[in-house]
Amino acid sequence: MNLILVTFIILLAFTSYYFGRKKALVIQSSQRLTALPKFYGYYLAAWCAAPALIIFALWSVFEPSIVKTFILQDYTDQNLTKNELQLIYTKVKALAAGTYTGNITNFLDESANKYIQLKGIANSAKVAIILAILIFSLSFAYRSVQKNDRMREPVEIFLKWVLFVASLGAVLVTIGIVFSLLFEAIRFFQAVKIFDFIFGTHWYPAKTFVRDGQPDPELMKDAFGAVPLFAGTFFIAFIAMCVAIPIGLLSGIYLSEYAGRGIRKYAKPIIEILAGIPTVVYGFFAALTVGPFVKEIGNAMGLEVSAESALAAGAVMGVMIIPFISSLSDDVMTAVPQNLRDGSYAMGATKSETVKKVIFPAALPGIVGSILLAVSRAVGETMIVVMASGLAANLTMNPLESTSTITAQIVVILIGDQQFGDPKTQSAFALGISLFIVTLLLNVIALSVVKKYREKYE
Amino acid sequence: MNSFKKNLLKKRYNAERRFQWYGKIAIGLALSFLAVFMFQIFSKGYSAFQKTWIVTEVHYDKELLLIDAESPSKDDLENADYYDVAYKAMTSLDPGLPEEEDRQLIQMVSYKYEAEVKDLLLKNPDYLGKIVPIKLTASDDVDQVHKGNYPRDIPEENRRVNDYQLQIYDMLNERGDILSEFNISFFTSPDSREAELAGIASSFMGTVFSILVCLAFSFPVAVLAAIYLEEFAPKNKFTDFIEVNINNLAAVPSIVFGLLGLGVLLAVFNLPRSTPLVGGITLSLMTLPTIIIAARASLKAVPPSIREAALAMGASNMQTTMHHTVPLSMPGTLSGTIIGLAQALGETAPLILIGMVAFVNTIPGTPVDPAASLPVQIYIWSESAERGFVEKVSACIMVLLAFLILMNLAAQIVRHKFEKKWS
Repeated sequence: MNLILVTFIILLAFTSYYFGRKKALVIQSSQRLTALPKFYGYYLAAWCAAPALIIFALWSVFEPSIVKTFILQDYTDQNLTKNELQLIYTKVKALAAGTYTGNITNFLDESANKYIQLKGIANSAKVAIILAILIFSLSFAYRSVQKNDRMREPVEIFLKWVLFVASLGAVLVTIGIVFSLLFEAIRFFQAVKIFDFIFGTHWYPAKTFVRDGQPDPELMKDAFGAVPLFAGTFFIAFIAMCVAIPIGLLSGIYLSEYAGRGIRKYAKPIIEILAGIPTVVYGFFAALTVGPFVKEIGNAMGLEVSAESALAAGAVMGVMIIPFISSLSDDVMTAVPQNLRDGSYAMGATKSETVKKVIFPAALPGIVGSILLAVSRAVGETMIVVMASGLAANLTMNPLESTSTITAQIVVILIGDQQFGDPKTQSAFALGISLFIVTLLLNVIALSVVKKYREKYE
Repeated sequence: MNSFKKNLLKKRYNAERRFQWYGKIAIGLALSFLAVFMFQIFSKGYSAFQKTWIVTEVHYDKELLLIDAESPSKDDLENADYYDVAYKAMTSLDPGLPEEEDRQLIQMVSYKYEAEVKDLLLKNPDYLGKIVPIKLTASDDVDQVHKGNYPRDIPEENRRVNDYQLQIYDMLNERGDILSEFNISFFTSPDSREAELAGIASSFMGTVFSILVCLAFSFPVAVLAAIYLEEFAPKNKFTDFIEVNINNLAAVPSIVFGLLGLGVLLAVFNLPRSTPLVGGITLSLMTLPTIIIAARASLKAVPPSIREAALAMGASNMQTTMHHTVPLSMPGTLSGTIIGLAQALGETAPLILIGMVAFVNTIPGTPVDPAASLPVQIYIWSESAERGFVEKVSACIMVLLAFLILMNLAAQIVRHKFEKKWS
């Protein structure tokens, strides 16, 4: 139904484009055109499609919730909770669609009939309104075409609006992220005190699971302490940086200061391949090769090593991050003006002394920025940790034991079927918003540092 | 020059040399990580492209098939009972085996062997009543033994293939009745719980659909947004805000987009779970900033002289942009888009959150059918305990990497072939 309507609108818009252009050619025989003939077509087509499609979109967004309120009106006197109402509504919908398999009460049947009736009314109303709008806006547009008004300006203004709305898309995504996270997180913090979440040291959401009814508030208090996850996240990121910073920085220095053009041309893109490999592939590699390898070495040295150690996950993550640091630091060091180098050489410094005492300090802000970006990347990395470092949230600083991270826990909680309204599910969103805030802060700082640095030398 | 100075100079030169070596070692390490990594994947995965068959003989006995008709129709063959025929085909490998032990022989082929016996007859109806050779898919354990991936020297109770089965395997192998052929079914079959039957067709189609949906949603919006920001936006607080927004969005961890997909697309808009449609939309939100940034950069690279020339000829701003600037910027935009899509292709976490990890053993035909995607398939298989899946994962990784390499090559070609050099 909706598809037919949209296709109809679009087809009508195309027809009106050709119609408008033809009309312009007719006008041309008696008076001077105000714009190229195709703009007459665009003008008609825009007036035809835009209002109708906007109304259609708004209608589609609001119709379900309006129908829902009408249906649930009959249940207001029963003192039901929100979840129960939602359940009833789902049942009604399923019954109306003929896919309901539970037992059918009279009340439910009545509601389903009402639902079908409402849907029918809504559908015919929608078609009627959209047809009316089409007729109205087309006749309006046709009048101005007939009057031979200016045609190009309105079309261009319309296009500009389209462009503007598209650029709002990115903002809309951000708003969507913030709201969807906040909405669930706030409900989570109604059940669990924010203090318990941020400072609690015990993360074990599975134990709050109760088949029916509400979980024990005492249990809730002790199950959602996120400290082990924050610690684990930064610990694994720290291990990753221990691998990535020395290798990445030294490669960056070598590429920018020592390597000939030939090496640079090939080595840089090859190293960058490391960043292009999907993280799930790293995860598999870490779990299957690096983890057992670390364990074997540890056992040979007489240490007790978990097969899913933080070390393995962190090290592999570090390898993944190398190119972020090497390429960015290479770029910032290449951007350091040549006269700084020449000055240093003129004073008799060797190349390495120049790098250490002149170029590195000059490029430091940019390098710090690149490291911060790399940290934010490591903090947000998911699959490596899910696959290579255990899923139990231990509060430990031993790299040979397994730890878990914010991202890994989100996956653990939400994999499989989720039940909205369950504190366990909501806790994932609370974790998500803390992750979002941390990475956002890191990025803002990193970008401002890099920006400041760039201004210095431009 | 006194000796002190000489020593100092020597020291400084040594330091210089050492420092150079650090750099070389660092690059060497980075490159060797890549090499080890690739070697591991290839050495583990190449064997998945071979499939092991066990050749035996099957007697399409009418009595055992329970076919009464003189000249049976297609339907009769379709509805016949193949259990006994298939069972006999396997047990005939070792007629001396007592009946209660026959599970051991049956376990050497995949559990779908009965269907394979049936398919052969349906394809060649004239085999009815004859004894013909047939090849049956070997079970993943036999498959792994044949590929040499399974240690034979560990104690029997720890082995999934027992001594008797090994003996039969050796006998068959000597007779040349174990075949190794190119594994077509890896590319044409959907996922399965059994390693020897599992293929990537379902997840491959899931990936293709997700990427197409992602492209359909992100490309138009991103290009329009980039045009506005680069060519029309007034310089004010609001456009600054949009810019900052886009830059930050590009660095948001992918899993947060998964939460967005879960919390908004599934919970609010009630789109179907586990489908490439939702996956593609979620990924498109992720690639949006990447494409916007690439498109803006390539719009910026179009020299102002082009715009000035167009404006001087009397074109309006919109005409200048749409007729000259945007077409000239397209190669850069397209290559940025392909790179953005390649990133989206490798994403796993957001797809897991919107339920694309469900076990799907049908090949999806539309974007609203439940499906997995290649990276998710890697995750699912790597969580399976069976040995046969290790090589499948590696092979799947090889397919994914090949896909990524192709996309990046395409991006390079688009950029170098079609981009105008302004200088």
